[in-house]
Amino acid sequence: MFVLSFLEGVGKYLFMLRSTISKPEKVSMYWRETVRQMYDIGVGSFGIIAIVSVFIGGVTAVQFGYKFIELAFIPMWWLGAIVRDTMILELAPTITALLLAGKIGSNIATELGTMRITEQIDAMDIMGVNTTSFLVGPKIVGGVLIVPALVMVAMLLGTYGGMIAGEMGGFYTDQEYLYGLQDDFRPLYIRVMFVKSIVFPFLITSISCYKGFYVKGGALQLGKASTEAVVISSIAVVIANFLIAFIML
Amino acid sequence: MIEVHNIQKRFGEQLVLKGISTTFSPGKCNMIIGKSGAGKTVFLNCLVGLVTPEEGEILLDDRNIVPMSQKEKSVIRKEMGMLFQKNALFDSMNIEENVMFPLDMFTNKSLEEKKERVNFCLERVNLVNVNKKYPSEISGGMMKRVALARAMVLNPKYLFCDEPNSGLDPKTSIIIDELIKEITEEYKITTVINTHDMNSVIGIGDKIIYFYEGEKNWEGTNKEVLNTDNENLNDFIFASKFLKEIRNLNKK
Ligand SMILES: Nc1ncnc2c1ncn2[C@@H]1O[C@H](COP(=O)(O)OP(=O)(O)O)[C@@H](O)[C@H]1O
Ligand SMILES: [Mg+2]
Repeated sequence: MFVLSFLEGVGKYLFMLRSTISKPEKVSMYWRETVRQMYDIGVGSFGIIAIVSVFIGGVTAVQFGYKFIELAFIPMWWLGAIVRDTMILELAPTITALLLAGKIGSNIATELGTMRITEQIDAMDIMGVNTTSFLVGPKIVGGVLIVPALVMVAMLLGTYGGMIAGEMGGFYTDQEYLYGLQDDFRPLYIRVMFVKSIVFPFLITSISCYKGFYVKGGALQLGKASTEAVVISSIAVVIANFLIAFIML
Repeated sequence: MIEVHNIQKRFGEQLVLKGISTTFSPGKCNMIIGKSGAGKTVFLNCLVGLVTPEEGEILLDDRNIVPMSQKEKSVIRKEMGMLFQKNALFDSMNIEENVMFPLDMFTNKSLEEKKERVNFCLERVNLVNVNKKYPSEISGGMMKRVALARAMVLNPKYLFCDEPNSGLDPKTSIIIDELIKEITEEYKITTVINTHDMNSVIGIGDKIIYFYEGEKNWEGTNKEVLNTDNENLNDFIFASKFLKEIRNLNKK
């Protein structure tokens, strides 16, 4: 039973994605909507992502730092490379995505769900608007365009957080850390980060749109859909995270 | 002109529309009346193609909408306006943007031209100085008028209204009814209105269809509706004891 309804859900989700791809009635309207989404996601989430990344970078440096002090044979500048790689490979894209799943996932599901239960989507349908494409498309495209920039910021700020925290802990000087940052730099890691920062927002926005777009009922179902959007997109992100690492590394 | 031939719609076990046939003429207010649950909304949703009946044809000026794909429907829908029970105004947009939305989406008019058209429609429904307000900031009657302005902005050939008076006080209801009537006659629109408000029926109904448990139980004009022998219809019209008493007094 569970498997069946899961498969049905996946089918409906893929159907939604398919009908999202169609020629826009009016390119300028779609673009306007996409820019609005980029702004909402980018500006709306910048603060929390910035704060969280600085601290996560700091914690990474401190925790490895204590271990390294015990293992006296490892040079402390190495921490620069370690913070850099964990930020690039894992923390920047994944933490950003999980924060976004919580924030924009519920926003999107609530926005579309409200439009559904107050007949706003029907109203657009009646006008002849392709509602899947107009309401879902710009959210996915906007997310995929702006999130890589957010991940980039998270990566830079996290690495910077590692520098400050390490200095405060007395592990290394700025120069040592910067030296470490340049050690054994692998472009592949950047590619992995890039792939993640496109796949994750795609999953979050499309799953949340799906949950909101097909809400039936009233306020209660809307709340439930919004929670499910967050839970399911978070799970999708961690699974995709594993698969990408598995395939690319 | 809308022709409906024998449409049937089923939800699971329940046959909600049991073979409805009728015609609606342009420039007329066609009213569907009946108790809650009689199938009025489902019927209206069939006419606009939000619900697809299993049987029958719905011809909008000889174009059958029933078998149409989403794409084909979207062409014909540019000729439709609809008033929803809950207004369905876009709450992220102000009044002006709401009314302008169909113009933005489907025309290549300049901003000036669009503004002119929007203001014309807003004035037509007697709304001024609300352009920059949001739907949450205006009264129910005003929302209904905005919805009407939005429905007429692209000069529709067909106008569909689902219980346009629900939630409005009697005076405001009459104003909205009169507006719908005027616009219908002025622009020769084929208008179909769902209602259970007998005031509107007597006030503006040119053709009246009575739905009873998914069937068309009676059809006639607003002159005839008060003097019918149809038991079900009389029960519906003279639902209150008060009205029944009055009718009995009249009969004597
Ligand atoms: N989407 C649906 N799924 C199942 N049943 C429905 C659906 N829409 C309407 N119905 C049923 O159809 C009947 C007619 O409903 P409706 O057309 O809304 O009545 P009304 O005349 O009050 O507008 C009701 O019994 C309702 O429960
Ligand atoms: Mg109804």
